[in-house]
Amino acid sequence: MTLGLINANPVVHAKKERVARTEDPHGDDAVDPLEIYDFVRDIRDPEHPYSLEQLSVLSEESITVDEKLGRILITFTPTIQHCSMATVIGLCLRVKLQHCFPPHYKVDIKVSPGSHANEESVNKQLNDKERVAAALENPNLRQLVDECLYSNEL
Amino acid sequence: MAESSRLGQSIDSFVDASCSLTQQAASLDTITSLVKNDVLSVEGLVREMEMYLTTTDNIIRARGILLLGEVLARLVSKPLENATIHSLIGFFTDRLADWKCLRGALVGCLALMRRKRDAGMVTDTDAKAVAHSFLQNLQVQSLGQHDRKLCFELLECLLECYPDSVAPLGDELVYGICEAVDSEKDPQCLMLTFRIIEVLARLFPDQSGPLASFAGDLFEILGCYFPIHFTHPKAEDLGIKRDDLSEALTLAFSSTPFFEPFAIPLLLEKLSSSLPFAKVDSLKYLSGCTLKYGAERMLKHAGAIWLAIKDAIYNSIQEPALSFTSESLVGLGFQENEIAKEALTLLQRVIVQNDSLYLSLIVKDEDINMILNTITIYESYNDIYLQGKLKLHVVGRFLSISARSSIASCNRVFESYFPRLMEILGLPVKNLSGDHSPIVSSLISKRLNFGALYLCIELLASYRDLTAGFKEIASKSISASETCYSMLQSYSNLLTKAFCSTLATSPQDADIYFAAKGLQILATFPGYVSPMLTSEFESILITFMSIITLHFKKTLLWKLSLKALVNIGSFIDEYHESEKVSSYMGVVVEKIVSLVSLDDFTMPFPLKLEAISGIGTSGLSYMLKIVQGLEEAIYTNLSEFYAHENMKSPDITVRLLECYSNKVLPWIHENGSFDEVLLRFPVNVWSQIESHVDFSIQVQEMELLDATMTAMRHAVAFCSVESQNKIIQKAYSVLSSSTFFPLKEFTSLTIQFQLGGLQLAQKIDNLSYRDEWILSLFASVVIAARPQTPIPNLKEILQLFMTTILKGSVPAAQALGSIVNKLGKESNELKISSDCALEEALETIFRTKLWNSHDNGAVMKCSGINNGSEMSFADSCLGVVNNNLPQIHAITGLSWIGKGLLLRGHEKVKDVTMIFLEFLLENNKSDAFPLKQNSLESSCELDLHPSVIKSAADAFRILMSDSEVCLNRKFHAVIRPLYKQRFFSTMMPILQPLIMKNDSSLSRSMLCRAFAHIISDTPLTPILSEAKKLIPIILDCLSMLNKDIQDKDILYSLLLVLSGILTDKKGQEAVIENAHHVVNNLTKLIVYPHMMLVRETAIQCLVAMSELPHARIYPMRIQVLRAISNALNDPKRAVRQEAVRCRQAWASIASRSLHF
Repeated sequence: MTLGLINANPVVHAKKERVARTEDPHGDDAVDPLEIYDFVRDIRDPEHPYSLEQLSVLSEESITVDEKLGRILITFTPTIQHCSMATVIGLCLRVKLQHCFPPHYKVDIKVSPGSHANEESVNKQLNDKERVAAALENPNLRQLVDECLYSNEL
Repeated sequence: MAESSRLGQSIDSFVDASCSLTQQAASLDTITSLVKNDVLSVEGLVREMEMYLTTTDNIIRARGILLLGEVLARLVSKPLENATIHSLIGFFTDRLADWKCLRGALVGCLALMRRKRDAGMVTDTDAKAVAHSFLQNLQVQSLGQHDRKLCFELLECLLECYPDSVAPLGDELVYGICEAVDSEKDPQCLMLTFRIIEVLARLFPDQSGPLASFAGDLFEILGCYFPIHFTHPKAEDLGIKRDDLSEALTLAFSSTPFFEPFAIPLLLEKLSSSLPFAKVDSLKYLSGCTLKYGAERMLKHAGAIWLAIKDAIYNSIQEPALSFTSESLVGLGFQENEIAKEALTLLQRVIVQNDSLYLSLIVKDEDINMILNTITIYESYNDIYLQGKLKLHVVGRFLSISARSSIASCNRVFESYFPRLMEILGLPVKNLSGDHSPIVSSLISKRLNFGALYLCIELLASYRDLTAGFKEIASKSISASETCYSMLQSYSNLLTKAFCSTLATSPQDADIYFAAKGLQILATFPGYVSPMLTSEFESILITFMSIITLHFKKTLLWKLSLKALVNIGSFIDEYHESEKVSSYMGVVVEKIVSLVSLDDFTMPFPLKLEAISGIGTSGLSYMLKIVQGLEEAIYTNLSEFYAHENMKSPDITVRLLECYSNKVLPWIHENGSFDEVLLRFPVNVWSQIESHVDFSIQVQEMELLDATMTAMRHAVAFCSVESQNKIIQKAYSVLSSSTFFPLKEFTSLTIQFQLGGLQLAQKIDNLSYRDEWILSLFASVVIAARPQTPIPNLKEILQLFMTTILKGSVPAAQALGSIVNKLGKESNELKISSDCALEEALETIFRTKLWNSHDNGAVMKCSGINNGSEMSFADSCLGVVNNNLPQIHAITGLSWIGKGLLLRGHEKVKDVTMIFLEFLLENNKSDAFPLKQNSLESSCELDLHPSVIKSAADAFRILMSDSEVCLNRKFHAVIRPLYKQRFFSTMMPILQPLIMKNDSSLSRSMLCRAFAHIISDTPLTPILSEAKKLIPIILDCLSMLNKDIQDKDILYSLLLVLSGILTDKKGQEAVIENAHHVVNNLTKLIVYPHMMLVRETAIQCLVAMSELPHARIYPMRIQVLRAISNALNDPKRAVRQEAVRCRQAWASIASRSLHF
């Protein structure tokens, strides 16, 4: 284990203004990237009291969704190349989406290409449901994830 | 004897430190009342207390002196002899030296010093002795907070009430005060300190006085408080806020000009602070001090102040947030924060104080000159960078503020800038001959430089505001010989032309906005300084009008022009410029009126109406003209409608009527009620109908009828009683001349019905369209009438309405409801002969057999109306077996009547509701319902159609809900407060057992429906107190209403009631018992397919449920989570988001890890 913070001094970006959607009772309310983004943007970073949005780990553009096939693909960018927290962030995203979407959605979570030293292994780990389930059985990890998801430190 | 022992006891218990505070207070009260009631004299008290006042025991002596002081403090208004006062004040003055019992001495001194003259005052010599002793003996800063406060109060009192006796102390006093207030920190004491310094400064205004020499020292003490840094966590418990302190300190700062050499440099220095509140304070203090210190002293600071102001403004203005379309736009739309506002206020103050100095500073200012020199780069608004816009804005503000402050400065500003601006705009000065060289026209057509345009508009606006501010009072103060006047006059013609051409040609919003503003300003100078000739004024109006009529596709331009016209109109109306008013009337108002009446379809009709109502609101005289025009247009359209079948567009008439009733009428009403104007419309409409005997129209124009009725209602509602009376008379005369009136003999009517009820229905079916119009309009008049307005021949009219109700005329029902609601109880009011009182009218309504359109005879009895005798009214319409429409109509009519009664709180509403309940229970009437025993045999097997029962249930909605159309405040309904609550609490005990006991599914569901209507319109408070009993029924209703798509609105409003209960603390307690049922019901509603709001609210209710006690809801957890997971897949986003929230709420009640 590394001691101290992995990225001691992250770049913090401003939060984007939340635009209230226009109320349109007859509009098409299909699931779109913004809706998913609204769910995940406020997840707290495991290390810092900033949201994933503030650290620019996520953006609306990095989310794609296909409602017909029920697929969601989230690509996130860890703040530094060898961030060992990348898997925790991915785990948080997965748990959050499990809560927010019905089970028939297939969620793929990846780090954006070239943004992580062990890109392949991280991707593999994040999309392996056995390993995800095992990770969530681990009480320490579970607590860390829950803290990130429901923290009100932000 | 008893008195003296009581006194002794009281003194003892006060002096005894071991007694409780309440005991001490009580004994103080006893002693005070003894003295106040002259049972005991003050001297007597002192003699009685001798031992306590002189003992060598410090504690007892202190308490004793305090007691005497407190008693005196409560006797401020009791007259005392001078000798007594003298000896008392002498005692306390001495005691000031006795630091161990200082508190009592201070209280005593203060009590005596605060006495008013009529009750005996401390003499000047004594006051001087107090001051002397104070200065000699007291080390204020070494005392506790409360004692310090008393000291400062005493000082303040001395300075304020005995200035003559303390003034001779001179240096000693000032020095003593310096010492006393130095490094004070308590906010309450500080307030006093600041006040003391302020008063002290007033005491020694002399140049050679003691204050002048001590000013530096005193300011050194004072200056360290600036800027006030006040971080007391709870300002409330002291009653002092930062602003109070700051204000007091300002007064102290500005109290004497001697502070000037110290204060101004300090304030200027603090302006460069990075704390925003320090800047704001500095500017505020500077404004305050400037006035007090005087122009002469401020002279040497002028340069520094000007720089500081400039700095503050440049650094504090934020980005523009407003666009040119918004209403509240100032300048270029930059937002000014508090710093900028204060800086501008300061600028205004200093200019007012010393205009020549500051104006020369401004005129010589390099920044401003640089902008003017480089203004050519500000060619077009869109090309200017943010920084450039900011500079332009700031310069504009400087110029406008300086020009606004006085005529002299206005002249100066115009002299220095106006010609230059004109030059940049490319406008040459007018020749002596008054003509312009031929190149001018080509110059005008070229684009105006935006920067110059903007500054020019700012200058014009400030000159206009300056002159308009004087109004008529000082018209002499601005004469035509002023420089700015002559300058403006020489350019006004060119400016007008340039602005007009910009309006017409420029594609840019900014240019259009400022050109329109410029024209508006030029047109709104008060007459005596107006640079415009009437012809020029008219040409401006014509330009705007041509935009209104032709360029309606350019929205911004059109809107701005309309706004400018409205502003010009209201300005000249306010300033009584008769000449201009008449040209405005001719050019604008008449033209716009003619627009409406013309069959010109180039301009969209809604825009015409917007223009006409906008112009109308700018002044009363215009509005009256416009009303006339509008009315005429309406009459023409209506008469066309009556006379010819080929109605071109009823749409236009409908819009005209809407405009009339929504915009014009309320405005007229607000701006002084003009009864004759309001009266004209209804009367004319009636005469028109009267004159058109044959309606050739065959098509039913419901929309047009509705609009006419609305206009009629509104017009009548605003009228006074007399006018309403006239209208009703007129309407009645038309009504009585119509074909169907009177409906044969009313006396025989009952018989007719009994013979064959259908006859009537046929007769009314044969009503012509004209008759229907007349009837509906008459109903509208009646609806809007005031309670005092008599209705002629009331009985016949009641009969008429009742008959027409059966045909399904809702207005007739509403009119009947209004009559019942407003009719006076006694017939002794001013009424005509055939009129009747409420009781009589009700009798008529309830007893006539009009309702009885079947041959089965009486079905129900209503014991409430006439004991034992037949209740013929309720014989209602049960029998027309193959035709249930009249029944439904009768029920609707009855419900409006019931509403009228309910609103005024009449007891007969009970009978009406009983009738509805009878209907609801019709299917299982073998359950003895007390009201109908006698007639059961005759009713035999009645087969009520379900739709009739349903309409009876829906009657409760009419009873409870607020109506826009009638029976509200606007239409003068008599409304008792809390009538809904009252109805709710009478109905619930009846409905509850009925619903519980009933097993017939139909009537049970109908009862539930009625219940839902009542409860969803009741305020939440009475529901909450009954919540425990109501919850099971609400749940029943929810599951029942769940089935039919048509019930979705009732379902929703009922669900809202439930959610109201669930979100209330008291309501939640009531829900606990039924938690399981509630959850069952809500989970079913989560999948309600017909209405998104129902699903959303159901989920919100579930979120509220998760707040219930853990043990109670834990068993439901799995069920809820399962239901919610379906909602995660809802087609509507709002529902999905609520579902996520709900899921989180319910999931977290099980796992500890989710709580943080």
